[in-house]
Amino acid sequence: MEKNPLKVKKEHTKAAMSRFWGFTKGYRLLTLFCPLLIFLDVIVELEIPDAMGNVVDILNQLNNTSYDSSLIWGELTQKLIEMLLLCIATLIIGYLASRCSAIASMGFGANLRRELFNKTQDLSFENIDRLKISSLITRMTTDVSQVQNVYKNTIVQFIKGPFMLITALIKALSISKELSVVFSLALPAIIIVLAIMGYLAVPIFKKMLKTTDEFNGTLRGNINGIRVVKSFVREEHEKSKFDKVNTAVMEMNVRAQKLALYVTPAIMLIIYGCMIFSMWRGSYLIIENKTGLTLGEMTTFVNYITQVLSSLMTVLLVFVSMILAKASIGRIGEVFAEEPTVSDKGNNPELKLKNGDIEFRNVSFKYSKDAVKNILDDVNLKINSGETVGIIGSTGSSKSTLIQLIPRLYDPTEGEVLVGGNNVRDYTFENLRSEVSVVLQQNILFSGTIMENIRWGKPDATQEEIIEAAKDAQAHEFISGFEKGYETELGQGGNTVSGGQKQRICIARALLKKPKIIILDDSTSAVDTATDTKIRMALRSEKYSGITKIIIAQRITSIMDADRIIVIDNGKIDSVGTHEQLTKSSEIYHEIFVSQQEGVLAQ
Amino acid sequence: MSNPAPGGQNRMPPKMPMNRHGGTPVRMKGEKLDFKVIRRIFSYLGKKQKILMLLVVICIFLSSIANVYSSLFLGSLIDDYITPMLQTGSKDFAPLIGMLLKMAAIFLLGIVSTFSYNRIMVVVSQAVLRNVRDEMFAHMQTLPIKFFDTNNHGDIMSRYTNDTDTLRQMISQTIPQVISSIVTIVSTFTAMVTQSIPLLFVVLVCITCMITVTGKVAGNSGKFFMKQQQSIGDVNGYIEEMITGQKVIKVFCHEGKTKEEFDEKNEELFSNAYSANKFVNMLGPINNNLGHLQYVVIAIIGCVMAVLTTNGTIPTEGFGSIFAVTAGTVASFLQLSKSFTMPINQISQQLNSVVMAMAGAKRIFEILDTESEKDEGYVTLVNAKYNNEGELCETPEHTGLWAWKHPHEDGTTTYTKLQGEVRFFDVDFGYNEEKIVLHNISLYAEPGQKVAFVGATGAGKTTITNLINRFYDLADGKIRYDGININKIRKSDLRRSLGIVLQDTNLFTGTVKENIRYGNLEATDEQIIEAAKKANAHSFISRLPDGYDTMLTSNGANLSQGQRQLISIARAAVADPPVMILDEATSSIDTRTEALVQKGMDALMKGRTVFVIAHRLSTVMNSDVIMVLENGVIIERGSHDDLIAKKGKYYQLYTGAFELE
Repeated sequence: MEKNPLKVKKEHTKAAMSRFWGFTKGYRLLTLFCPLLIFLDVIVELEIPDAMGNVVDILNQLNNTSYDSSLIWGELTQKLIEMLLLCIATLIIGYLASRCSAIASMGFGANLRRELFNKTQDLSFENIDRLKISSLITRMTTDVSQVQNVYKNTIVQFIKGPFMLITALIKALSISKELSVVFSLALPAIIIVLAIMGYLAVPIFKKMLKTTDEFNGTLRGNINGIRVVKSFVREEHEKSKFDKVNTAVMEMNVRAQKLALYVTPAIMLIIYGCMIFSMWRGSYLIIENKTGLTLGEMTTFVNYITQVLSSLMTVLLVFVSMILAKASIGRIGEVFAEEPTVSDKGNNPELKLKNGDIEFRNVSFKYSKDAVKNILDDVNLKINSGETVGIIGSTGSSKSTLIQLIPRLYDPTEGEVLVGGNNVRDYTFENLRSEVSVVLQQNILFSGTIMENIRWGKPDATQEEIIEAAKDAQAHEFISGFEKGYETELGQGGNTVSGGQKQRICIARALLKKPKIIILDDSTSAVDTATDTKIRMALRSEKYSGITKIIIAQRITSIMDADRIIVIDNGKIDSVGTHEQLTKSSEIYHEIFVSQQEGVLAQ
Repeated sequence: MSNPAPGGQNRMPPKMPMNRHGGTPVRMKGEKLDFKVIRRIFSYLGKKQKILMLLVVICIFLSSIANVYSSLFLGSLIDDYITPMLQTGSKDFAPLIGMLLKMAAIFLLGIVSTFSYNRIMVVVSQAVLRNVRDEMFAHMQTLPIKFFDTNNHGDIMSRYTNDTDTLRQMISQTIPQVISSIVTIVSTFTAMVTQSIPLLFVVLVCITCMITVTGKVAGNSGKFFMKQQQSIGDVNGYIEEMITGQKVIKVFCHEGKTKEEFDEKNEELFSNAYSANKFVNMLGPINNNLGHLQYVVIAIIGCVMAVLTTNGTIPTEGFGSIFAVTAGTVASFLQLSKSFTMPINQISQQLNSVVMAMAGAKRIFEILDTESEKDEGYVTLVNAKYNNEGELCETPEHTGLWAWKHPHEDGTTTYTKLQGEVRFFDVDFGYNEEKIVLHNISLYAEPGQKVAFVGATGAGKTTITNLINRFYDLADGKIRYDGININKIRKSDLRRSLGIVLQDTNLFTGTVKENIRYGNLEATDEQIIEAAKKANAHSFISRLPDGYDTMLTSNGANLSQGQRQLISIARAAVADPPVMILDEATSSIDTRTEALVQKGMDALMKGRTVFVIAHRLSTVMNSDVIMVLENGVIIERGSHDDLIAKKGKYYQLYTGAFELE
């Protein structure tokens, strides 16, 4: 399962890049305007030093003993107005430029994050299992901001850098071809330095991301398992564990940044080298007076060296940052490239479940293609509409896997599952899942009120419907006992209510849907026997009589009154029958029954 | 894990001014540059880093000087070498080359010092971040359980990542920038003083304007940056929650609604970032242009003064002479004013990252300022042995015999053998003051006894066990452990003496072996295997691909719930505590497997005081005493036989008699 995180697959990068245009939606004009405005800004900015230089020239006239003061005033006023206009122009253009780049990149980031999130909503369980939850979260957070930053840098430097580079280069060439020789060495030197850096940085950068994943994992584990940490008084142990990943993150960051550190001095060395070379060459040329180079020209040339090389550097740095973002782009692309393994595309939205019939035909299943052993092996089973079926079997006997094929959370590897008269693959998810209600073993509630959580089952449910569902799930009583009743806020994961209360809210949520099939996957394990009985009695009432009920349980009492009981062992159906039949015919069932009844029978 | 806090009120622990749901306004006042916050950030510089910072200052100083020198170099090369050579027609290049070499040396010095300070800053800033994160984490370990119940986990994580990152930007970029700016400012200021005081005054007025504008803008954006950081935490929290609950979302076809909600939060982040940057985007252009304007203003005033000086209006002698300037002075002053405003401009550009860092720092400090669990305990758990007189005394070596070391006010110390006797005296408890969930609980558990709690969900069973290990503190009454009030026992020692297995297993990333060893860090491999055998986990562990060295990831997702539970039971077994709390420990294990586990558990429970919460009769029936709880009150107590004979609530609950009604 574990993928080599250091490898960026080309198709992943492609998957992200091909969607790139879409992410700019709504911000395309801004994105285009941004380099344009920056271009304008550069041009206006270039005017200002000239204007300032003129002021100095005017001042120099004062050195002449016979100057005309009114003339100077006139010129000065003119310059002042000129400067003011230039200032206002740069103020507006500069502001617009930085605003454009900020909004365009933030909008891009928001689009990207949304598309990525939407994509995860379309993924199947299999996809999510493969991509890993913790990694998905990092991709949506850290990686997205990484790419967003690169986007911003790119649109800002896109035109400015090359433009500055070319103008400066042309000016330098026009001053002195002899001195410009220096660029033929310096330009490749800078490209080489940055190429080496880019080459070395990519693996370090990827490792850094991986360390960050580990850091997040350790932190998450600690926060989620805080009760265990405190119970075992392992705070110190946790601290040292955290310190280890924390230090690793620090070291990787230092390593990555150190690389960048070597670049600046290397570039400075090249720039200063060029300056000294051109001063030395220039001095010779001036003194020998062969090319007509003047002192002033040499001074200007030296100034241009910095401009040429530093603008080349900014251009290249954008490239380097793009290369560095490749890791992030690849990780994001991997999510986009993930084909939902279970899809309802093209299915007829008119096709609805006729009834609550369920049929498994020669169904085999394994979680990954490479797995040797089937989790479910050649299961054949028919459940009639309105029937109540209990499923029992030992831990790991694939009870949950079996029922997850009904709402098509996974597709069978072989064979087919029919629900309501049709293959589950023919329904849209909406039609299938709104009629198949599953209460999962892992009870998950979300931040929000109890009311909001139950309403998940049916967004347009009235208050009465919600209370009715809660009553049937035996949740109404304890909910009413809360000071705020149904408006009680549940924390993340519903941690403010107990396990049994959580389970009952989950059942209410599922009942509210009024489905054709309801599946309870060991969802009363934390509920006491009396309440468990009440829930089952409610399900047996007239209201739910037409509904197919599948109950996975560990307590025989929870299923013994079912129409049929299915005993699963090692991914195979061991036996099917009523409680009475099975106690006689099934060895496994008998064993379970005895182990659970010991106490009572002893009376 | 169950934490029945009915009502869920008082969900926010004190001093946590963040709220995902109610949108309670967060303290937004005083978001201007808060130097207390900045000082606090710097307090994370260690001694070593402070010395390094001194080096940084020196290096920056050197590199600034090299910089200034190199800008003057070309002028002096022309004036002192080339021009004289042109005038004299000399072809002796030796002095010129010498000068160039000297220049190269200075350049090199500049490069080396720039490199050094950058290099040091990387190490320093990363070390500071590590220190901050370490301290956050260390502090977080001391926070009460309530903190974790009431704060979104994704948001807490965002404080470790996104918020500390804002500090990195500030430390590694802003600090060197500010130092080098100050060096430049001081040197140019000195130069300007010698040139012209009145013109310097003009410069100062302009600078004041710039600083005021910058301060205003930064102050305005401060609260938006805080909002932005909150939004980031909010979005991350939502992603975390929804991705974790993905399966439920699918089952309920809730994808559309989730997308909508995410969109909202995403939009909110965008709009907060939008507002936060609005002001900051203005800063650069404004300051730039104020600099340009200043140049013009000085040029004009300078011109006037120069003209007035040449035509004699301004005297060149006496007091008035300070206003006297020459054109040359004005020209060089203009040059100086440019190099004076540039560093100030650069500093103000850094304000962006300072403001962000302040917002990030505040969120970090919120965690650090959340009150820790109170622990006034002074009774500690020590290794003990019997001395020759048969008295219990402390010993440094591990004897397997433990004692409570109880120092008294009169200076004496008594030792009480750790036995595992737990007594409740009229205990009342509520998750908040208004709502009491446990009433008048009194119970005795003799060493080695097994006490079971049964009752409907929400009756208060888990709450009782949460009081024994002091996850929560009592409202009224007393709990004594081996005769000592548990409030007097140091929490860590109290919890060390209690083993706990919860319904929601939490395993950590690491191997199976490491996870079991969590119970006792000193356990040998043999002890671990023995514990696993006891819990009946050995056989399935041996069948895993790498046996005990199989890596478990994200809460042991590659194991079934039952297998995870078995590992967590082994984990408690290896801790070997005198008191065990089993809170629905076997409810996720099917009964066949449980029958196997039960045998191990019975062996495990032998000689220990055990508190059991369970629904299954098989787990509970052999207890010495069973307490039936209803609405926080013990309504029945006795052995299984007693209670069955009584035909009361217990009888109803466990014989299915209820169904017959």
